[in-house]
Amino acid sequence: MLNYIIRRVLQAIPQLFIISILLFLLMQSFGDPVATLGARTPPKPEDKERLRRQLGLDQPLYTQYVVWLAGNDWMLIDMDGDGISETPGKRQGILRGDWGQSLVTRRPVLEMIADRLPNTLVLMITVEIVIIIFSLLVGIYSALKQYSFWDNLITTVSFVGYSMPVFWLALMMIYIFAVGFKRMGLPYLPTVGMFDPQVGKTTLEVMRHMVLPVATLSIISVASYSRYVRSSMLEVLNQDYIRTARAKGLGYWTVIARHALKNASLPFVTLIGLDLPFLLAGAVVTERIFAWPGMGRLFLDHVARADFPVLMGILMLIAIAVVIFQLLTDIVYSFLDPRIRLN
Amino acid sequence: MKPNASSPTEIGLDPAQAESRSPLQLAWRRFRKHKMAMAGVGILLLLVLYVTIGGMLFAKGYCAPLDRELRYEAWANCSDTGKVRQAPSAAHPFGTDSIGRDVLARTIYGGQISMVIGVTAATVGVILGTLVGAIAAYYGGWIDSLLMRFTEAMLNIPSLFLLIVAAKFFSGKIPDINILGRQMTGNVIFIIIIIGLTSWMYLARIVRANVLSLRELEFVAASRALGSSNARIIFTHLLPNTLAPVIVAATLGVAGAILNEAYVSFLGLGIPSQITATWGNMLDGSYQYLEDAPWLWFFPGTFILLTVLSVNFIGDGLRDAFDPRSIRHL
Repeated sequence: MLNYIIRRVLQAIPQLFIISILLFLLMQSFGDPVATLGARTPPKPEDKERLRRQLGLDQPLYTQYVVWLAGNDWMLIDMDGDGISETPGKRQGILRGDWGQSLVTRRPVLEMIADRLPNTLVLMITVEIVIIIFSLLVGIYSALKQYSFWDNLITTVSFVGYSMPVFWLALMMIYIFAVGFKRMGLPYLPTVGMFDPQVGKTTLEVMRHMVLPVATLSIISVASYSRYVRSSMLEVLNQDYIRTARAKGLGYWTVIARHALKNASLPFVTLIGLDLPFLLAGAVVTERIFAWPGMGRLFLDHVARADFPVLMGILMLIAIAVVIFQLLTDIVYSFLDPRIRLN
Repeated sequence: MKPNASSPTEIGLDPAQAESRSPLQLAWRRFRKHKMAMAGVGILLLLVLYVTIGGMLFAKGYCAPLDRELRYEAWANCSDTGKVRQAPSAAHPFGTDSIGRDVLARTIYGGQISMVIGVTAATVGVILGTLVGAIAAYYGGWIDSLLMRFTEAMLNIPSLFLLIVAAKFFSGKIPDINILGRQMTGNVIFIIIIIGLTSWMYLARIVRANVLSLRELEFVAASRALGSSNARIIFTHLLPNTLAPVIVAATLGVAGAILNEAYVSFLGLGIPSQITATWGNMLDGSYQYLEDAPWLWFFPGTFILLTVLSVNFIGDGLRDAFDPRSIRHL
């Protein structure tokens, strides 16, 4: 087991390098970050040049990558543009835990991510819990009542559900539950932000603002996940050992819960495990529509400003999370299914 | 049936004929019995008719700024700032958008572009995925591990984020182009390429797994013994035998590509709407007028929904048709 973990971690290292180089190359032609730095009067060309030098943007690409990766505190930089390198660098590089600074706000990238991550996690963890509960309920129900009226209805609805573009569903929900309810004089749900500034950031207020985005995000996923639960449940229910368990006199629900569900949930565990790291990314489109101040919004805002340290930070964080969760999923799976040996 | 039909051929019982059905014919028979898939084919045909013939029927009107009657795409791009965000009416059955263009005409011409993007981007993705998967599996060794590491690296970045980064990478670099007498922004080409470049990874893995098991079979060894080249073995023996997942992936890829274009354009990073409408860029900014002008997002959004839905139904039917063992209980 330990050998397996060590080998997987060693394999992940070149993979993360490939990702970082790929992204770094892509981001270099985002346009000039200095050009988009907002100021009431446009900065003078010499100011721009000085700024570019101070930010290290005048360096060749490979130097910028090395600085991002390993820092520049071991070399001298030419800060005043006289051709002589005199100032020692301060950056430590991502390998030593320095994720760099935003070009726009000049704040450390990790701090900016830490500001947004809780907002995204509050939203996405709720979504994931709702998804797990509802897809298990719906999936098991459909499997037990195979080909009944409700099963057929659920099947049709979930087919439509998982083809649904997320923006269409989100806009429809807003139109019905906010605009429509308001017009009819019913209590309506808020659609923008995390809380009403006049009320303040109370738990109840945040929960009210979460209803529509959570519903939007979970409906689409429940539609596809409940299908997985249903088909793996059906597969298990047709096995001999289920009949044996019933034949030896165990109760219906004991068999369903202890014998069938436990085995049927294996593929579901993999599905959820591989999904979890992407929760950090939030949901770009949904966060945009509902003006939710999460990671997706952070990413979009800084794409527009070509702020590549922040973008690199977000994407590398997700990539690392993906690697970790893939490993965790494999380990959990080997505990759940003793037939699988990790080696 | 003729009363005296004595020849077995005439009553369709000729065993030789029954056996002569190719796997493709058998798949087609199963596909035809798939109700949802056939419904999907029906809806998709209607949508294709709408975006093609619809232009001749519905895309005409009086363009006030130019003071003359316009037809076809010119009408879709006619911006009458005196009629901004008007509710659906006889002159504009789907209403007008934020700069006074006819939404109906734009759903027709935007639909053409969205569908073309869907098909071509899926083609790019399928070709890439098939080649990467087949080459990795057939050659094995360091080529395999290099290609698969790269595939995994691409999969580790959420696809929409990757798409946004790639869209930003190419944006504003491509001049306008002229295809079949239609002026359109070069962004159409780049969006096709980037969607293709960011959507091949799953297929590459499936093709690789299939080719890995196929290349150990005797017929491949026999072909090699006869002196076939690697390319010949890959293209005439290995790939045709893994056609089913490729066709399914290609179909579902069309739906995915249309959705991806919509997401990127919705976020304002896709195709600019000045001279080329797409269903995606019609949605850009529309949610700001959610309350006052729901037709801005409802019509293009619903066309996207219907297209994606019907293509997914077809893809699902194809999956069941090609692999009768995997029929998921519908």
